[in-house]
Amino acid sequence: MHKIFIRSFVSSLVFLFTLTVAAVAKDVKAAFVYIGPTGDHGWTYQHDVGRKAVEAAGFKTTYVEGVPESADAERVLRQLANSGHDVIFTTSFGYMNPTNKVAKEFPNVKFEHATGYKREHPNVSTYAARFYEGRTILGTIAGTMTKSNVIGYVASFPIPEVIRGINSFTLAAQKVNPNIKTKIVWAFTWYDPGKEAEAAKALIDQGADVIAQHTDSTAIVQIAEKAGVYAFGQASDMDKFAPKAVLTSVENNWGPYYVDRVKAVANGTWSQKDTWHGIGDGMVVISSLDSQMPADLQSKVKKLQADLASGKVHSFTGPIYDQKGNLMVAEGKTADDGMLAGMMTYVKGVEGDIPK
Amino acid sequence: MRLPLRNLECLWGEEKLIKIVKRDQPSRAIFFLTPILAIFLTLVAGGLIFYILGFKPFEALKFFFIVPIADNYGLSELLLKATPLCLIAIGLSFCFKSNNWNIGAEGQLTFGAIVSGGVALLFYDQEGFYILPIVILAGAIGGMLYASIPAILKTYFNTNEILVSLMLVYVSKLILDYLVVGPWSNPEGFNFPETRQFSDSARLPLLFEGLRIHAGIYLALAAVVISWFIFYKTFLGFQMKVSGFSLKTAKYAGYKGKKMIILVFLISGACAGLAGVGEITGPIGQLHREVSPDYGFTAIIVAFLGRLHPVGIIFASLVVAITYLGAETAQIFMQIPKYTGQVFQGMILFFLLASDYLLFFKFKFIGSKK
Repeated sequence: MHKIFIRSFVSSLVFLFTLTVAAVAKDVKAAFVYIGPTGDHGWTYQHDVGRKAVEAAGFKTTYVEGVPESADAERVLRQLANSGHDVIFTTSFGYMNPTNKVAKEFPNVKFEHATGYKREHPNVSTYAARFYEGRTILGTIAGTMTKSNVIGYVASFPIPEVIRGINSFTLAAQKVNPNIKTKIVWAFTWYDPGKEAEAAKALIDQGADVIAQHTDSTAIVQIAEKAGVYAFGQASDMDKFAPKAVLTSVENNWGPYYVDRVKAVANGTWSQKDTWHGIGDGMVVISSLDSQMPADLQSKVKKLQADLASGKVHSFTGPIYDQKGNLMVAEGKTADDGMLAGMMTYVKGVEGDIPK
Repeated sequence: MRLPLRNLECLWGEEKLIKIVKRDQPSRAIFFLTPILAIFLTLVAGGLIFYILGFKPFEALKFFFIVPIADNYGLSELLLKATPLCLIAIGLSFCFKSNNWNIGAEGQLTFGAIVSGGVALLFYDQEGFYILPIVILAGAIGGMLYASIPAILKTYFNTNEILVSLMLVYVSKLILDYLVVGPWSNPEGFNFPETRQFSDSARLPLLFEGLRIHAGIYLALAAVVISWFIFYKTFLGFQMKVSGFSLKTAKYAGYKGKKMIILVFLISGACAGLAGVGEITGPIGQLHREVSPDYGFTAIIVAFLGRLHPVGIIFASLVVAITYLGAETAQIFMQIPKYTGQVFQGMILFFLLASDYLLFFKFKFIGSKK
């Protein structure tokens, strides 16, 4: 009897010990790899806001900022995977191949790659936001607020993501004001305040009185503020940088997704998926509307926002024609995700050619 | 506040305690000691910065300079990072020694990468032992072609090579942008700005399984040996040295200056082009917008820190490479902003230039005259 008692006592101790070890092992650590500085008030800044939400949810996080998309990305990823991180978010397109490469070597670590399409291993997921929905709202505002009927648009790189944004913006603006023209300046950078400011100035000189941007710094809204034209914040609420110029901002809200995915890792329910969320799921958020906008425009925008969220309205509803007048989407149809993902032609009303 | 000033006057004023004297000849010992002094001062200043930022200075320095290279993987990464820096700096030392200020190694690297990447893409679905040598050669030729532009403009049109070579950096990056976005983008890549992956035959072989260090390091080592030979054992090396000291003397001696200018630019461009080849056929394996994190510019620091001496450049490239790795480790483990790595690189160059003062001047202690 005595021996059995001791044995069961010891085994229960061992059992308890394993339980505690298991509980400790469940302390999930998440890592984030950023392309820019956390203080860019744009793309990286918003990812870092998302990271802070993960911290607030009780998980430990690490981040590395300013990681170039060169051969260095792979080293940073491997180091993070090697130092006890359970899930790694790689937040720039150029990390796609390194992410998949390192994921192969660390099958127990989950990888989440933003804006990419390669999921070569079961531990790689991809996620992106339907920013074009936000640009439908911006286009509606721009088309209504412009007096010169020339709208400027500072674009970064000619990739589908950016072309899609230009198109959805222009289509929405045309709907409220058929006479508008969208002028594009390609900055060929995601973040370079100097270049972005130059691009904005060039557009204002060409008569644009509303400037939209698909680059990340606050330089453009600040130039707009000085020149007395309207602008929109990109990625984060940029109202405080240019209170008169900024009519609203399209915010990237990664927090809920990040918390969700890290929790899934903690619960063991994480599985590979491809996420593309928009206004409806709260990944794209429209900041508060500026009081300079007339009341009827404000209510129109609010309704459009609700309709985009519910799916009643789609940003790309036919008929849509390209610059040459060819039909892209037939009347009554909407563009499917495949078409959106590879969109490389301008719609009618956009000026100039896509740099090739 | 009067007292300290008076003390200073004791040191520097009429009745000098220490006198600064110009050296008759730059000291050779100091010439090789100042880089070490610069590194030491950088460590002290870096520790101070960490302290001010609220980090434990010694722990931070440990994560910066020791932890990243504490295992084989770290050492391999160090060599991987140092290889392009060393290669480019060796090339630059040819230019700098002979008074040719080639600031555009980054552009020559990029153009070398473009040409060799283009050749590699031609063979994307083929295998064969002959592919890699062609790809490497193409990269060297690309770098040489690109470096010949500022060289020819300088020799025949008397343009300033600093400006021309620097501006060409941005031109090369735009060409690369154009190619990876447009004609060379991966047809299956959803129009994202990148090319196909190169075939395995176009990739530099890895030296060890599981580590990223590749055969490109042999190119760098060969460059070191060859450059040492040229600098110290050939007439060309002597010509470069004389032109470096005084262009007038070189002309008076009847050296063919123009030929030499073009030659040093070609060598420099070839080295930078090879560094580009090493990046795209080594760890990256394709062309995209960012083939180099400004190696071409950082190599300028490496060249001067290494005193334009082949062996010095080896050490300098290792020192500068570790500032990159250290910055990442320090951010992962201590949440120190990663940009401190660049601060370290800047400080090394600053302290080196500052301590060069000692090359030409010396402090002489003389008793007070009382």
